[in-house]
Amino acid sequence: MSAGDPVRFRLNGHPVSAPCPAPRILLDLLREDLELTGTKRGCDLGTCGCCTVLVDGRPTLSCLTLARLVEGRDVRTIEGLSPRSGLSRVQRAFVEHGATQCGFCTPGFVVTATALLEEHPHPSREEIERAISGNLCRCTGYTKIVEAIEAAAREGA
Amino acid sequence: MSTAPPGPYRLLGTKVPYVEGPLKVTGRAEYTDDLRRPGQLVGRLLRSPWPHARLVSIDVAAAKALPGVHAVLTGEKYPIPFGVLPITHDETAIAVDKSRYIGDIVAAVAADDERTAEEALARIRFQVEPLPEYADPQTGLAKVAAPIHARGFQGTNIQKEVVQHFGDVDAALARAAKTVRVRGTFAGVTHAFTEPLVTIAEATPDGRLTVWSATQVPHYLHRALSEVLGIPMHRIRVIKPEVGGGFGGKSDPLPHEIVCAALSLETGRAVKILVDREDVFYTNHGRHPTQNDVRIASDAEGHLLAYDIDAVIDGGAWSSFGTVTTYYNGVLSMGPYRVPNFRYRGRRVYTTKPPSGAMRAHGGTNIRYSVEVGLDRLAEELKVDPFDLRERNALPAHSTTVNEFEITSTSFLKCLSAARSKSGWDAKFRRLPYGRGVGLGCGFYISGSNSPIHFTPKMPQSTVHLKVDMDGGIAVHSMQADIGQGSNTLLAMIVAEVLGVDLERVHVQRVDSDVSPLDLGSYSSRVTFMMGNAARSAALDLRGQVVRGAAALLGTPAEELEVVHERIQRRGDPHHGVPFLEALHRAMEATGALTATGSYQTSPKGGSFKGARAGTAPAYSFAAYVAEVTVDAETGEYAVDKIWAAFDCGRPLNRLAVEGQIEGSIHMGLGQVMGETMSYRGSRLLNPSLLEYKIPAPQQMPEVEVLLVGDDDPEGPFGAKEAGEGPLVATLPAVANALYDAIGCRFSELPITPDRVVRALDLRAQEGRRWKGA
Repeated sequence: MSAGDPVRFRLNGHPVSAPCPAPRILLDLLREDLELTGTKRGCDLGTCGCCTVLVDGRPTLSCLTLARLVEGRDVRTIEGLSPRSGLSRVQRAFVEHGATQCGFCTPGFVVTATALLEEHPHPSREEIERAISGNLCRCTGYTKIVEAIEAAAREGA
Repeated sequence: MSTAPPGPYRLLGTKVPYVEGPLKVTGRAEYTDDLRRPGQLVGRLLRSPWPHARLVSIDVAAAKALPGVHAVLTGEKYPIPFGVLPITHDETAIAVDKSRYIGDIVAAVAADDERTAEEALARIRFQVEPLPEYADPQTGLAKVAAPIHARGFQGTNIQKEVVQHFGDVDAALARAAKTVRVRGTFAGVTHAFTEPLVTIAEATPDGRLTVWSATQVPHYLHRALSEVLGIPMHRIRVIKPEVGGGFGGKSDPLPHEIVCAALSLETGRAVKILVDREDVFYTNHGRHPTQNDVRIASDAEGHLLAYDIDAVIDGGAWSSFGTVTTYYNGVLSMGPYRVPNFRYRGRRVYTTKPPSGAMRAHGGTNIRYSVEVGLDRLAEELKVDPFDLRERNALPAHSTTVNEFEITSTSFLKCLSAARSKSGWDAKFRRLPYGRGVGLGCGFYISGSNSPIHFTPKMPQSTVHLKVDMDGGIAVHSMQADIGQGSNTLLAMIVAEVLGVDLERVHVQRVDSDVSPLDLGSYSSRVTFMMGNAARSAALDLRGQVVRGAAALLGTPAEELEVVHERIQRRGDPHHGVPFLEALHRAMEATGALTATGSYQTSPKGGSFKGARAGTAPAYSFAAYVAEVTVDAETGEYAVDKIWAAFDCGRPLNRLAVEGQIEGSIHMGLGQVMGETMSYRGSRLLNPSLLEYKIPAPQQMPEVEVLLVGDDDPEGPFGAKEAGEGPLVATLPAVANALYDAIGCRFSELPITPDRVVRALDLRAQEGRRWKGA
């Protein structure tokens, strides 16, 4: 792969091919080049989790991922987790339980929670807390976020 | 003003999900960094690596020569000082003549892309003359060789000194049966909001400047831009997109915002400045590192006789809100108890460190810790239960404190009673096994500042405009700033409640200074109280207009009509009425779209002495919290298992948001008491990242039982008071007092980290003092 080669991967269910210099970071590719601004930039250091996306179903910090590394893989962002109309059950639970306040961390939490429930449809409270411990929220004290994920899990049952 | 619609309410008092929730959970909510203007340039800031230095010369020629660079700015171009308080303008957009802390902005560029901007910054050459570093506020109390600011008090680094004395403290101390003393030391903490600071500015050929910024107070930014740039306010337009948390850290007009606008004026292009996370830490404006010395005197029955308080507050490089902070660190000890004699000396000292400023429960947190820990000791020494001691001293409703705060509604006694019974206090206090304990902490906080930071105090603190056209959708305009606390939702709820319509009819518009009427924004826990009253008043006006339309249609006098859900009818008669929309259309026949305005202004309060207005508020919130903890006496680690949070916010209007504010406040309070620290070596900040500055993890968050016990406040909208900052202050002393109950150790230094717990246990062992048999 030369410096000018595009990166090709599946993005939210559709194949994409995007110009991608070698040092391009996945978060920049998504936000700046592909205009998917639902994924947030909170620290650029992998410390806050606001930039979490799913790569082959696993929560991944897009600010620490070279875009070239998703070649041939399946990437889902918050935009891809949102139905064409209405909300997913995780999103609906976040709204109903007041799990958003400022909302800046919210896309990262929704992505993380969606992956958790895909893998463990009935997580314990401890499993939820462990799953979200890479996502920082300064508004809610996590209380309503954990409640929302529990509610989404119940709804899925 | 018309009277409030009588309860019970349809929406108010229930749990209403945030109106912008669906946009936030789908990533569709627009924050400043999500916006991009055509031809937008990248703005970058160069920050000082010197703690204190005279800038002898700056050579920008090589930076300017770099292709792709559009502007290079240094301090002399925009030297007019600004600051959030009109009386302490001591900041400049970019350092002029000298740099005052590591992180001070010394130059800025606008370029085509990030790499070019970074390279340009690296090409700027400085000649500097180092000046003495003043990291410790104690050093700055005396005359210094090179004061950080010329405006420092008599050659010292003291920015503000407050001396107050009410009653006769010496006489009270002389006759006191018991005196306790707490000398508290508090590390600085910072807001750690998740959205970094970010601004876009666009100067356009029509002579206007538009600024999008992550700000809590669009109006103060608007003023500061106008003053520093020399452009009349009406040619500047400030827009507040969604804001990713603030907690006080986005309430000052900040230098990067002004630099961004300046770069746009220089280039004629849109410019974005995204402040990276490290530089957000250097921008700081967080809670002041503080040392306080508090003496509390009482009679033999535990009736409080006096507080005698001294505080030294580390201001960092700028004034920011510091004059207010200096007052608050004393006067916010004046509730929730009656204290007949009060003496205070507070000094805020400039240091060569990142500026301190306003952070959630500004000025009321550190003093509250020392007072509440002192009261816990006093109760123990007098052999009185901590609840009984506080009950004995509670300020009554409709009373005046010795420093002339007017207390109107208070449900503090109900807070005490709820926290005591729900927590099972009487069965637990001093009765749980060694290593486990319960502690009580209380507090109060201003529900808005009676005396706003405002240049034209005769204008209302909040104004709300409503417009409804034939579609029946109600547009709401106000410069109140929703930064996540749910004020847009509350605004919509109040309008929908008063008009009797569904919430989905109400559309709260983005803050835009071109169309939003003035509101002073999100600080001092003022929004629910002031915006709420303004919204209520506007909605009552609009309701009157629509009801007159219904009266014309029904041929029934307006006074005989009532507003019910989406309908206006003769009182108690569902058969004699019209739908809201029909009444609206009839009302519109004369004028077209209906509009209404409502506003709220505080009435004068406080004494006539110097500083009398600091801490005056139209109402106060009250809190009583019990924390239960479990300590591992080997490692010093401890868990806060549960907090019973009894809170008086008057009538809670959106219970979901009130709970959210209380849970979030507890989380932030736990951070300060358990571990958060802005760590310094000299003036150098050691932990400017969210990895090294740790906020509590989900696993550290206790179960929180929220107990809302407030009675209606006479002046609050529908009886409401604040719930945004007051819920924080009781958290810290509740945990510290619970630790004492668990292991018999007192802590005067925050944060209480495991190593400090182990040291305290060692000290207790050396003293040979046993606790609960251990």
